[in-house]
Amino acid sequence: MKLTSTQVSPSEGFREAFILHLADNSLILGHRLSEWTGHGPMLEQDIAMSNIALDLIGQARNFYQYAAELINASKAPSFARPDDPVRRRESLSEVRLPEVTEDTLAYLREAKEFKNILLTELPNGDWAKTILKLFFFSTYQYFLYQKLIHSSDKQLSAIAEKSLKEVTYHLRWSSEWVIRLGDGTDESHNRIQTALDEVWGYTGEMFIPSDYEMQCAQTGIGVDVNLLKNDWDKKINEVLMEATLLSPKGERQGVRPIHNGKQGLHTEILETLLKEMQYLQRTYPGCEW
Amino acid sequence: MILSQNITVEKVWQLLENIYDPEIPVLSVIDLGIVRDVHLIKHPSNKEHIKVVITPTYSGCPAMDVISMNIKMALLQSGFKNSKIIQQLSPAWTTDWMTEKAKEKLKAYGIAAPLGKSFDKKHLEELKVECPQCRSKSTRLLSQFGSTACKALYQCNDCKEPFDYFKCH
Repeated sequence: MKLTSTQVSPSEGFREAFILHLADNSLILGHRLSEWTGHGPMLEQDIAMSNIALDLIGQARNFYQYAAELINASKAPSFARPDDPVRRRESLSEVRLPEVTEDTLAYLREAKEFKNILLTELPNGDWAKTILKLFFFSTYQYFLYQKLIHSSDKQLSAIAEKSLKEVTYHLRWSSEWVIRLGDGTDESHNRIQTALDEVWGYTGEMFIPSDYEMQCAQTGIGVDVNLLKNDWDKKINEVLMEATLLSPKGERQGVRPIHNGKQGLHTEILETLLKEMQYLQRTYPGCEW
Repeated sequence: MILSQNITVEKVWQLLENIYDPEIPVLSVIDLGIVRDVHLIKHPSNKEHIKVVITPTYSGCPAMDVISMNIKMALLQSGFKNSKIIQQLSPAWTTDWMTEKAKEKLKAYGIAAPLGKSFDKKHLEELKVECPQCRSKSTRLLSQFGSTACKALYQCNDCKEPFDYFKCH
């Protein structure tokens, strides 16, 4: 397997890359959804969206904390054994890097280091588009976490177990909204149909594994995302049908999936998002409140 | 003031009875069922430290950091400086761990208590939630997400009062 095809640097193992990918997905969509806070169409939905955003950011924290622990541990051994002459020489030549934390991972990485799928970074658009993105993503997380519970990595399994309960509510809530909008007024129907045609091309990326996902799936840490596709399709079709929405133009096989977020190649819109999200830490490094 | 030497695991449990959830100030961390374990660890140097293991309710629940800090403070006030509050994710917290006493306290506070058991997927269906104000069973779901992540918003069809329902989780 060629390492050069991804942004995984030699010091960052497949496991760390996989965990960062999971964390980035949740953080970026969570941040997007939080943009609705104070702007929701009515108070209840404003609160619902903010609560879902909070769940996602909470999940991201769990993943980042774990990734930071692994990254720091992988740097540590060269300092640990001063009696070993080879290691000692290595450790002396090595510049001691500052500790990685959940905050440095979220707030101090560049866009090209983020491994989230492009669907999560797309601008919110109107309510219909936001709901649809969330519905596609929650369905994906729902099936992904069901499998990740069986990970040989105990911490990943624990995070999946915890998150799945929350995602079950997200999926239910977003499904109901897709149905309400699709089977609602002409205006709401048209809006969500337009959103569907626009967003659909971004859904394929979920099922195209990156090499770190493949490596992790093969070693029992991760999940083979290919295997999620049937369940995902089934659930999506069920809800779209109830929402009286037409299958997206050209079906998926005809649409070339828009992808590469997992490899760190993003749309320029992620830069804008990060500029806002990371502003405080970059302007006042280490600031707390 | 209790001297640190006199601290026992039982005393820590007692102390925890008085640590309340900042969002639902009638429930202690014991009522909520988030305390998994308390250990008194003796070091060879004769020093000791207390380890309190708690389970977060929701991944992003902002109350968790406050709760951890409050536990640390309470131990400190009892003269115990060496404590570690560990957050453990698995097994994931469930409302099944809430005590019966807690459910009564919730009702008295005006929040409907979680119905059923979490493994029973019925909790995702429409439920007959009792109005904590007038006890009517004729209520309706307004929103699955209420004032905090753990609650949903309901309204009573009889007394018309909106109220929070602590979701089964």
